Amino acid sequence: MDWQALTLSLELAACTVAILLPLGIVVARQLAWRRFVGRRLVEAALALPLVLPPTVLGYYLLTAFAGGSPVGRAFASFTGHPLAFSFAGLLVASLIFNLPFTIQPMQRAFEGIGGDIRAAAACCGMSRWRIFTAVELPLAWPGVLSALVLTFAHTLGEFGVVLMVGGNIPGETRTIAIAIYDRVQAFDTHAAALMSAVLLVLSLAAIAIAYSTTWRSEPARG
Amino acid sequence: MDDGRLAVAVTQQVPIPLDARFDCRPGELLALTGPSGSGKSTLLRCIAGIDRGASGTIACAGRVWLDSARRVNATPQARNVGFVFQHYALFPHMTALENVVAALGHRPGLQREARARELLAAVHLTGLEQRRPGQLSGGQQQRVAMARALARDPLALLLDEPFAAVDRVTRQKLYRELATLRRTLAMPIVLVTHDLDEAAMLADRMCILYRGRTLQIGTPHEVMTKPVDALVARLVDLRNVFDATVQGHDAALGRTYLDWHGVSLEALRAPSFAPGTRVSWTIPVSGIVLHRRDRPSRGEHENPVFGTVEECLRLGDDTTIGLRVPAAGGAFVTLRVPTHVAQRNSVEVGVAAGVSLLADAIHLMPLRDAVPDASA
Repeated sequence: MDWQALTLSLELAACTVAILLPLGIVVARQLAWRRFVGRRLVEAALALPLVLPPTVLGYYLLTAFAGGSPVGRAFASFTGHPLAFSFAGLLVASLIFNLPFTIQPMQRAFEGIGGDIRAAAACCGMSRWRIFTAVELPLAWPGVLSALVLTFAHTLGEFGVVLMVGGNIPGETRTIAIAIYDRVQAFDTHAAALMSAVLLVLSLAAIAIAYSTTWRSEPARG
Repeated sequence: MDDGRLAVAVTQQVPIPLDARFDCRPGELLALTGPSGSGKSTLLRCIAGIDRGASGTIACAGRVWLDSARRVNATPQARNVGFVFQHYALFPHMTALENVVAALGHRPGLQREARARELLAAVHLTGLEQRRPGQLSGGQQQRVAMARALARDPLALLLDEPFAAVDRVTRQKLYRELATLRRTLAMPIVLVTHDLDEAAMLADRMCILYRGRTLQIGTPHEVMTKPVDALVARLVDLRNVFDATVQGHDAALGRTYLDWHGVSLEALRAPSFAPGTRVSWTIPVSGIVLHRRDRPSRGEHENPVFGTVEECLRLGDDTTIGLRVPAAGGAFVTLRVPTHVAQRNSVEVGVAAGVSLLADAIHLMPLRDAVPDASA
């Protein structure tokens, strides 16, 4: 059992969720309520990671992160270490491949709040921030929560992109999914089985949370 | 500067054209009515600041909410209106009490709950404070929406088809409640409704809106019996709208004489129409008297018209009769008589009948978009 890999995976998932929570809400609200030119294009671009083979996404990210690329150079000059094959690089990749998992459920949740409800809140004299915290967020919360749970679980399990961008550096980029693959390659089936079981339990728990929240929210909305 | 009056004068091209102008006095209930798509709800949302694309001016109680020339366009929060939405738009995750408290942000925190309970009591919802909207009936939800709209101590109360989503029995009850409640309210109240009966019953004045334009404002009786033109007559569902040519006036008798496709008619004197002018005229269904078929009687000399009954619909205590008048170019005249009168006179489809058009009930209107008519 590679505890270091598990911890790293959990850290990666936690950081991803922490960054995507506010970012996802901002983007999802715009997509749900604003009608702007290019909205469909943005939606399509955000859905791309769903259909793109992880290795292809990984390849492009790796190219973008490379020391010779503008992004890679900029990052290296700011932090002093390269983006590729680092935890930071892994986190950036994780944020990108999780965009559809975060934004789509959140967007559906915000779309579910009728325009009249928000207008009513404004007519009640509530400030925009108060409308967000007292009306929008409580109503969209099941969708937001299930988006976060899905993102968390998906980050724990992602393999292709992580391997391409992060490689397999213990304590830096070796996540639990990579560790399982590594153990199987070394014919250490016992460790692989144990870690797979841990991932299975975590995934089941995530699905259970995601489903129970949406389930409970439905009668309350009717 | 002002006494609490709501004054609206707005125009808009898109998404829905508006060209509306009206006033509503404090304590007055003005009904905005018109067919579907006439812009009633859009206009109401402009007043509330929910839709903010219109230009013009909106002011209430001396405060300017919209003045596009001076680039004033206040947010809904700053306009201080109470708004009841067609489907109420209650916050589904909050109790009835919390819904009302949500609109009490302008009051000190400690007073809010007590005030919310007071408002819920005023709309007869004591005991249901802890229910969520999903656990309330349609009528109860409407009352919560009304309490929430009043919670802000609004300068104007705006009601968008508030009775459309409930059943008939509940609606009648809510009508009575509104009629009672409004006696305690001092702000202008604007009610949007497509239902003319509802407007006539509840409103002090009604405003007819068509394609975003305010065509006529007046008491329900004025609008229903003296429409400014044939379009308004059609919009308020007047059946008898015809064209005629003015023949002349008699000031002494108080009469204007009309030529109705060959039939001479006497009408209430309307000197603003010069002899020779083509006009529209209308008469309410109650302004036409059926002649007795067994023997002639007095009063039959007043605008007698003869024809064949083509329609005879018994609707409860009243019967609506449609008479085809060949002498007046085949005009179709509709009148309403008590059902027992129709039965006693054996009125049925196909029989010949005579009616009198009461001269004082005939109302003249300009032809809509009238062009100078050489043949007149």
